Amino acid sequence: MTFTSIDAWWWPFLFILVAGWLATDSWRFLGVYFGGRISEDSDLLVLVRAVATALVAAVIGNLIIFPSGALAATPLGLRMGAAALGFAAYLFLGKRVLVGIVVAEAVLVAGMLLG
Amino acid sequence: MLSGKPMPDDATPHAPTIADRRHWYLRGVRAAVSVPGLILASAFVGFAGLAKEAGLTLAETVFMTGVVWALPGKVVLIGAILSGASLPAAAFAVALSSVRLMPMVVALVPELKGRHTPKWVLYVLSHFVAVTSWVIAMERLGGIPRAMRTTWYAGIGSTLVLANMGVVAVVFLVADRLPPAVSAALFLLTPMYFLTSLWGSAREWAGHVAMVLGLGLGPLFHMFAPQYDLLAAGLIGGIAAYAFHRLSRRRRAS
Repeated sequence: MTFTSIDAWWWPFLFILVAGWLATDSWRFLGVYFGGRISEDSDLLVLVRAVATALVAAVIGNLIIFPSGALAATPLGLRMGAAALGFAAYLFLGKRVLVGIVVAEAVLVAGMLLG
Repeated sequence: MLSGKPMPDDATPHAPTIADRRHWYLRGVRAAVSVPGLILASAFVGFAGLAKEAGLTLAETVFMTGVVWALPGKVVLIGAILSGASLPAAAFAVALSSVRLMPMVVALVPELKGRHTPKWVLYVLSHFVAVTSWVIAMERLGGIPRAMRTTWYAGIGSTLVLANMGVVAVVFLVADRLPPAVSAALFLLTPMYFLTSLWGSAREWAGHVAMVLGLGLGPLFHMFAPQYDLLAAGLIGGIAAYAFHRLSRRRRAS
């Protein structure tokens, strides 16, 4: 039962509904239900946030190390260097998301044009 | 902190008119046009490229943008589709990555609701909760009359969702015609957006530890068990970061 295993027009949409919408909006609805009743600092929520963060970080790592599309044609060192420099610029230049993105993109494009 | 302030408009006796609603809805629309809104749109540019490369159609990608909305969940879903995960495994990974939405909604609801807000309105509006609209809302709701807050949030939330569905559709159509350097840059947008915004939104050190562990464990597990790479990295990295959180707190206490 993978995304491509059933050859019908409705299957990908059903897949997205169950694995995407249901898996996401359930948490939002639970949030409304519990609204104002649980503390944000509770231990359970620290654990929940840590797992969610590690999971999204794993996706980021994969997108940089094992990318798809045109990014896959660039050298691994260039991708890691661009991401590292962008992240360093974010950390040391006032923690602005835009700064991190712009620096990483500039390094990547410069590396591709020079290389 | 925000809700404690008495709002002058609470005292006005008249029920909100259509004109009031329209005024505050449009104020919400305008709040969406901002630097964070622009950064979010750039992340969606990257997401569209990612979805196309994964083999999704235009309709599927726009549909996914509307029904899931939160970007981490969508990127995890694409990752699961790419690694050939089954429906239950994909749903489990997306659910784990979206748990963070629950505490965000929990924190937002008391700020959002007025005295007479029906529950169903809150359930509908909760669909718009994702990092960007949440951050803007938590910052700005205090300055909006309590009776108009749901209207304002409907404005900003619906604008962000619809505008980014449009962004995704446009990028999807032109992605093939881009030169390789631009196309490669496009694929770096999503990881850079999350690398920086995730670090900034972590509330405690455990979040930073979890992030570093996940960055390393994701690619590591991808080489050995691609079908379960995200789940394994998330659970092991997250639980280890939580253990670190407990240990460092105990050390501080003693």
